[in-house]
Parts: sequence; C-alpha cells; structure tokens
Amino acid sequence: METKDIYGRLEQQFPGKVADFKGDVQEPYCKVDAQAIVEVCRFLRDDPGLKFEVLSDLTGLDWPKEEKIQVVYHLYSYAQKHQMVLKVDLPRDNPKVATTEGVWKVANWFEREVYDLFGVIFEGHSDLRRIMLPEDWVGHPLRKDYVEQEEYDGISTQRAPLVEKLLR
Amino acid sequence: MQAYIDQLIQQGYFAGTPKEVVYAIAMVLAAFIVLSAFVAPLAGVTSWLERRVWARMQSRIGPNRVGPQGILQWLADGIKNLLKEDLIPSAADKALFSLAPYVVFMGFLCTFVAIPFGSQLIVADLNIGILYILAVTSLVVVGILMAGWSSNNKWSLLGGMRSAAQIVSYEIPAGVSILTIVFLAGTLSMQGIIKAQGAAPWDWFLFNNPFTFAAFFLYFTAALAEGNRTPFDIPEAESELVAGYVTEYSGMRFLFFFFAEWGNLYVIGSVATTLFLGGWQVPAWSIFDNNPVLLGVAQFVVFFLKAYLWVFVAMWVRATLPRVRVDQLMALCWKYMVPLSFFCLLGTLCWMLAFPKGNQIFSVAMFVLGLIILAYFCKRVVFQIRQARPELYFKPHI
Amino acid sequence: MNETAPVETGFYTEDMTISVGPQHPSTHGVLRFVVRTDGEVINEAIPDVGYLHRSIEKIGEKVTWHGYVPYTDRADYLAAMFANQGFCMAAEKLGNVEVTRRGEFCRVIACELNRIASHLISVGTFGQDIGAMTPFVHALRERETINNLMEEICGARLTYNYIRIGGVGYDILPETCTRITEFLDHFEPLVDEYNRLLSYNKIFIERLAGVAVVSREEALSYNLVGPNLRGSGIKWDIRRDIPYSVYPELEFEVPIGGAQVGKLGDSYDRYWVRIRELHESCKILRQCLKMLPKGPAIAKVARKFKPPAGECYARVEAPRGDMGFYVVADGSEYPYRVRIRTGSFTAMSIIDKLSKGIMVADLIALIGSLDVDAPEIDR
Repeated sequence: METKDIYGRLEQQFPGKVADFKGDVQEPYCKVDAQAIVEVCRFLRDDPGLKFEVLSDLTGLDWPKEEKIQVVYHLYSYAQKHQMVLKVDLPRDNPKVATTEGVWKVANWFEREVYDLFGVIFEGHSDLRRIMLPEDWVGHPLRKDYVEQEEYDGISTQRAPLVEKLLR
Repeated sequence: MQAYIDQLIQQGYFAGTPKEVVYAIAMVLAAFIVLSAFVAPLAGVTSWLERRVWARMQSRIGPNRVGPQGILQWLADGIKNLLKEDLIPSAADKALFSLAPYVVFMGFLCTFVAIPFGSQLIVADLNIGILYILAVTSLVVVGILMAGWSSNNKWSLLGGMRSAAQIVSYEIPAGVSILTIVFLAGTLSMQGIIKAQGAAPWDWFLFNNPFTFAAFFLYFTAALAEGNRTPFDIPEAESELVAGYVTEYSGMRFLFFFFAEWGNLYVIGSVATTLFLGGWQVPAWSIFDNNPVLLGVAQFVVFFLKAYLWVFVAMWVRATLPRVRVDQLMALCWKYMVPLSFFCLLGTLCWMLAFPKGNQIFSVAMFVLGLIILAYFCKRVVFQIRQARPELYFKPHI
Repeated sequence: MNETAPVETGFYTEDMTISVGPQHPSTHGVLRFVVRTDGEVINEAIPDVGYLHRSIEKIGEKVTWHGYVPYTDRADYLAAMFANQGFCMAAEKLGNVEVTRRGEFCRVIACELNRIASHLISVGTFGQDIGAMTPFVHALRERETINNLMEEICGARLTYNYIRIGGVGYDILPETCTRITEFLDHFEPLVDEYNRLLSYNKIFIERLAGVAVVSREEALSYNLVGPNLRGSGIKWDIRRDIPYSVYPELEFEVPIGGAQVGKLGDSYDRYWVRIRELHESCKILRQCLKMLPKGPAIAKVARKFKPPAGECYARVEAPRGDMGFYVVADGSEYPYRVRIRTGSFTAMSIIDKLSKGIMVADLIALIGSLDVDAPEIDR
C-alpha cells in the first residue's frame, strides 16, 4: 500500500489525532498525538490490510530550536512489504509519552535507550532504567545541549590539551 | 620386589634392623623413585604431548621452542608456576584451600604403587590391587569439593558440585566393568589378572567374549568421565564457568590439579591395559630365557606403549568432541551405562558357565572382527585427512 | 530433555545470583548477565549492557559525512563493510549521488567476503562455547586467508573504511580476483568438514535441539533479524525483499530453518542457517567476479559533502541481521543525527524471556546461537 493510503486509513480511524502527512520526502511520515500513539500503533499492527508486525526502530530526535523532542517510530510489514514512519512531538522540558511495549515487545529496549540518551519518560514502562550508561550518570548525552559532568566516580572527565601536558 | 629385599637381608646387608623396618624403608624408597623418576616426568611430558597433538589436529604447531621439539615445555611451565605469587583469596577458607590440591594429587599418586609395569616391576603386589586403585581414585572427589567450596566463589562451587556428582556417578559403570574382568580372572590382584591373559591378542580379555568387548568401551568412557576429560569436562568447562573449581587457584597449586589430570590419564590407560589388553605379557621368545633384565625391559616397553595408546586416544577425543550438558551426563550414566554394564556382567557370567575354559575359536573370531573395525576406522581417518587439504597436515611428525 | 519441574521437598533453598561476565571467556565481547539460578536452572537472566558504549551516534554529529565512515567500521568490527555500506547508502540517498556500476560490484564482493568471515567467527566461537575447540581454530585459519584478501583490497584486516560515499575507496585488481576465486575453490569443500565435525555430531545436536525455541510471533514482536529470524522459519532477507545495490541481478537462495532436529526456531536452526549462508555467499561471490564491469570505482562526490536537508532510512543485510541507518541531514556538512539500529540489540532483548527455565550451560549456547556481538549492542 502507498503511504498516502495508509495515512488515509489512519485519518479515517483516528480523526484529529494524526496530522501533517509529508509524502514527497525519502521517508514519508505523519505526526501523531502523544496521547493516541498506543492505539494508533495497535491499530496499525492488528488491521489485516496494514499488518505492521514489526517495529523496526524507535528513536529520538532533538530539535532545540523548536523546543521539542521527536520520538520517531519506523514500522515495517513483512506481509505487505510496506513501511510507515510515525513521529510524536514532545515538549523539550517535560517529554512524556505512553509506552508501546504492549504492542511490540522490542519497544521495551528501544524505549530504555531513548530514555537513557534523551530523557524521554515512557509512562507504563515495566522497567525504565538506563541501559547504555551507568545507573548514576547525570544528563542525557544525545541532547544537543548536553555538557559532560566534570567528574565521574572521582575521575576527571576533562582532558588537558596535549601541549600543556608536554610543557609540564 | 619383596624377594629381592629378602635376598639382600640374607646377604647380611641390614644387620641389626628388624625386617619390617627394612621393608618399610625399601617401600618408601621405591615409591619415591617411581614418583620422581617416572610419574612427574610422565605427567609433564603428557601435558606437552597433549598440546602438540591438539595443535596438529587444529592445523597449528604447538610448543616447539623449549628443548628439542619443545619437550621441556613442562619444566619451563613448572618453574614459572613455582615462582608465581601465592594468591589465596582473603575470604577463602585457608586451610582447605591449601590442602585441596594435595588431596587431589594424592588421589592419583597413590595408585602408582599398584600399577604393574612388569612381572617383577611392581612396587606392591597387593592381592586386592584393582580394588585399591578404584578406592584411591575416589579421593579426588574430596579434593575437588574442598577446592570448590573453599574458594568462596559461586562459579567454583558450581564446578565442584558438578564434578562430585559426575565422579561419584561414573564410579558405578567403571566398577561393574572391572567386576566383569575380576570374575573372568578370578582374582583382584593386578598381576593375577595379567597372568590370566596371554601375550597374543586373542588371549586378551578384550576379545574373550562380546560382553567384555562392550565392557571395555564402557570402562573407558566411565574412566574419562571420572578423570574430568571432554566430553565430560563440565567441572572445568572453560567457556561456561571460567575455570570451574580451579578458578581461584594460581601458580603451583593450579598446576597440581592439572598434573593430577594428566597423570590420571596414564592411570586410566594402565588399568585398561591391565584388565583388557593383556598388560605386560610378551610372547615367550627364547632370547628372554636367561635374561631377566631384557625381559623386564621388554615387558615395561610393551605395557607403557599399550597404556600410552589410550592416553593418546583420550587426547584425540578431547580435541574432537563438544561437551555434554550436566543433566545429559547424568542421564547417560544412570539410564544407559549402568544397565548396560550390568548386562555385560551377566553376559560374561553366562559365558563363563557355557564355556568354562574359554572359547579359543570365538576369541580369534572377535580379534579378526576387531581388526576389521580398526581397518575401517583408519580408512575414515585417512579420508578425513585427505578432505582437508592444507599442506600442513601432510607432515605428521610430532 | 529439560526435566526442570520443581519438586516440593520441604527444604528451603536459596536462589544463587551469579554474574556471567563482563570478563568471561565466552560472552561475545564485553557483556554481563546477572543470573539468578536455583542450582543449575535459571530463574532470571538480566542482561546488563553498555560496557562497550562509545557514543558513535553522538560522534556522528561532530564529524563530516566523509569523515564518519571509519567510525561506522567500529559499530560492528566483525562486519565492518556492512556498516560502511549502510551509512554510505543513506548519505547517497540524501545527496542524490549515483554509485558507479563497478563500485556497486566491488561493494558486493567486499561485503560477501566479510559475511563469510563473520559467519566463520560466529560458527567457530559457537562450537567453542559448546566445547569443541577444533572447529574454532579451523574457522580462524580460513578467516586468515580472507583477512589477507581484504588487506590486498583495501589495506586493513579488520576495520576497512573501504566503502565510501559514491563507490569504493580503491579498485579491485585482477590479481585479487584470481586469488578470491582460488580461495573460494579451496573453501567450499571445507564447509563440509565443519559439518562433519560439528553439525552432524550427536553431542552437538543433543545440546542444541529444542533449546530456546523462538516462535514466529515472538521473532516478529521482538524484531529479530537476520539468521535469527530465518531460523524461526520466516523467509525474509533484505537483499531479496528490499533490494539494494546489484542484488536483484544476482541469483542466490535464502536459507530458512527447517527443524531438521528438534523444533523450528531452536538454537540448531539458527546455527544451520548460518552454515547454509556460507554456501550462498560463495555463490554470490562467483557471480560477481564474473560480472565485474569496467569503469571507475567511485563517483565524483564533493569534498565537502553537503546533502540537502531531509532524512533517510537505509537497510543492509549484515551477517547479524538487518542493520538500519536512520540519518537526518540539515544541509550542513555535518549530519544532524545518525542512528544505527543493529540486529544484536534486539536479539539481546529476547534473552531474558528465553532464559527462564533453562540451565546455565544452555544460556551460553543461547547467546552463541543468537550471534550477539557486544559492539553492535552498545555502539
């Protein structure tokens, strides 16, 4: 199915909750409201004409100029061989969205990674804790305004420039 | 050997000392000579041979620098380990931790007093020889459990417990297979069992009847399992438990465990040779008539070669086969090997009833069958070598 | 095979908590599992990753497009070519660059050689985890020849930096093509040797048949990809179903698990798919070497590569599955965001579920059969 038609189905099923379809780019996408994302995903997975059984990727994009963090869902269907991209805009200072763990089990780990690196809280997640970084790390590195902490466990994270080291 | 000592006493060498003391000192001296001149180099050279054999099977070369063809590698390893820092984990039970390697070492070392190298070359010809060996090799269980427990490490504990279960379970098929032969020979003494066989292959107990043929393979498999060798090397499964019960050991203590393992291979080979392959029996040629030294040397060489063949087979098996899982190991022992070994025992007893003096024709037929199986096996080996074409394989010198 | 029903004995036994890793001879890379066991049977195995996190995705925002290619090598150093290719494909889609025909064929040749090398390591270490140490050394022996070939092609043995935006970095010379053909003639019969040593070995089969079965629905829900997915019976290969490069012109089969021993989707099926893929890669290589056209190996791409703003999702079929590159460009000479989604990451997510009720030895077999690779997980 063409992405246009998929978007048409979505608009039919969830009027007002999906918007902003961009069809003429490399990866056509549409924006979904943060409250409706779980039901949209469940519909996309279960509908026999769409059958998106696989969540290919769940990641985040940080747009500091527009004060938002986008959570991007790449869905793929092996049965119908079509794909769809959903984007959810979240306010940058308090990014919260419901978890899609109940729809695709792999979302568990993807969402932990987005929480770890962007700071997005996924409500209803069974085990939301940091995955890549140590538990006591401060900050969310993939944000554009991330500044490293000065010290971790007593070791300095700043490296003296080489010339200074040679002169010492 | 006792006769020799008696001869020396009669010639008046040890006047003034009671006979028992002379015997005791002679025993200790003989055991010491066997230990230092034979067992220690044997275990060491076995370790070198194992590494070379594995390496050739894996298309590499193996240690070949220290000494001619690397034959002194074990000395270098031993010296290095002696010079290492003696680490005992702070939370470990120090007494048990230090004692465990020696218990394991003792478990295999004490068997050497009863191994018959020749008709006169045995340190102590006990009339319960084989029972003594079986009992003493069970000491290693105690040592391994001590090592696993006292290391204060969950991996070691797992390894120690697995090993204890494994060794204790596999005592049974090994023991019943040995019992089969004891019934055939009529005696528990090692020399007695060998004397009940002959020099020619069809006089060996291996080809005596089909049940002992099966019992031999049962014994060999059970003995491999007792010695913690692949495919049953779960206790030291390197890829699962880091190093199993020896994880916390370093230096010479670590080496003691492995000394015991390689030496144990030789004990397994010796017992297999004694019971099934005719031991030191050489054909009764006339050059041996007035030459006891030559006879002794010939018997020693024959026994050593036969026993070492099984050491080589054990190394070959280790390089080839993967590991069985613990529950499969236990299932194999209790569900398959124990009933089979009892079946072999019963079969042998029925055979003995049917043919009290043995059945020469059948023995020769079994021998020919054995030769055919061996020839087919060699053919497959040559085929496998030819299929893997790299040139390195075609220079099979050690 | 697994009689692990709990027996009510009235004893109070505690669960034991063991830490498998991070230093362990057979977790593939630096991984850690916190395992709670009841004797030998596992109640829970919680993976703890992040020991190899090198923030490749953050680095992508600080280096130029051309300069990021060597970093993609390190995303999975055993399958470096594929990561190169994935990123370059995404950049080419964004910047509207057309790769030269010879460049495409060189890419496929290099990638399939790398696939053979990666599967050799996977099969070899899997055998070693089960306890057979010999196939591992044999597999490494063959991989040495591949490393030498790679060195001839691009100068490096492990992290290649060969596939560049617009084509490949260096051309493949005719002598190298001859040597690749010799290698293939030498290598294909040897796969039978690995089979005789490992695949048909009764102990090996007993260890793996029916262990850690992944059903179709689970495989899809947990987004398993690559041989893990095909081992569960789903015929899905990016080279066949979302074709890229010159794969539509090449003939090859996609092996799937067939439950030869045990159940469909068990550890043996996943392993068997990898062995079959070795044969398929040899087939592809032979066709490519015959069809290699003449021409330039790389298209002319601006030194300061500045694709217009947009985003792109490119997939390649890496040995460990479908590696997805989600690249966002904002018109400058640095990418805005590079996201690498690897097959091992999703494979790790299923380990907790699969490991309930199996034994510690089976856990090691499970990790090996999923072909999990630490640099891919943590990036």
